[in-house]
Amino acid sequence: MTGAGSGLVGIVLVSHSAPVAEAVAELARGLAVGGPDAPMAPVAAAGGTADGGLGTSAERILAAAREVDRGAGVALLADLGSSVLTVKALLADDELPPGSRLVDAPFLEGAVAAMVAASAGVPLPAVESAAAEAYAYRKA
Amino acid sequence: MRDADFFRRWMAAAAAAVEQEADRLTELDSPIGDADHGSNMLRGFIAVRAALDAEAPATPGAVLQLAGRTLISTVGGASGPLYGTLLRRTGKELGEAAEVSDDELCKALYAGVGAVALLGGAAPGDKTMLDALVPGVAALNTSYRAAGDAADNGAQATVPMLARKGRASYLGERSIGHQDPGATSSALLLGALADVADASGGQR
Repeated sequence: MTGAGSGLVGIVLVSHSAPVAEAVAELARGLAVGGPDAPMAPVAAAGGTADGGLGTSAERILAAAREVDRGAGVALLADLGSSVLTVKALLADDELPPGSRLVDAPFLEGAVAAMVAASAGVPLPAVESAAAEAYAYRKA
Repeated sequence: MRDADFFRRWMAAAAAAVEQEADRLTELDSPIGDADHGSNMLRGFIAVRAALDAEAPATPGAVLQLAGRTLISTVGGASGPLYGTLLRRTGKELGEAAEVSDDELCKALYAGVGAVALLGGAAPGDKTMLDALVPGVAALNTSYRAAGDAADNGAQATVPMLARKGRASYLGERSIGHQDPGATSSALLLGALADVADASGGQR
């Protein structure tokens, strides 16, 4: 167990682009708002390379995960290619906080679902399945 | 037996080869990728060279693990975690021995290539770096030069393949007719290993 009850699940959004990661975090925050006194899960954006280009930065991912870790686990959502592979490589080497998980979900829709669920105080597996369910929503 | 210095020379030779071929790697990555493989690999291997100079790891395993970690942190594209995993896993397999045999290196590289396949979810024939690494490491049982040559042939054999992984896979049939840049850089890595083994004598 990853310190259940000690805090909310944290969320990290890993994108090839810093503006994309920031904007999706902003959208997820906006739609997760429950009310003036409702808790909001911590979310951090890890977008782009260290020099501001398109790509993935392992350092940004590690910093974001540490920032949102409250002891209840960290759900990481990634967009494409190197975002996914870098998170997997960091997990394989145990570099991320204990209880970190790469969530298999669509990036934007999954981020919103994960934020809503995490802000409701549910544990990491429930945050994960909320995000993964976003795959099942057909648009046409 | 091969000591840490052999592995430092391998990484230095790989960095030199990437430096020399960076433009060609980017050129190969232009029609089917996002035209940054050469610059990404160059950034990664320049950082590897600097990290090895600064820390001077004392064992073969530590050299490869530091190189792998550095690639994951600095490359910025998918080749970072893929090559990083290859070297780090190979280094972990070598353990803490001060010297390793050619057979031990061969076995460790097998494990490294397996970790790359698992991470990327790819198999030989998908037009990826595995198409150079798998035949290359298999030929290492014969000699270092055979490994370099087999990897090179494997890279050339990606030309008629249909890409099934990565950005190139979005192109479908249009990915056919282009040599895979990742297989090409993998051939550089094993070619550098063959050069260093030749130069140090004691062919297996």
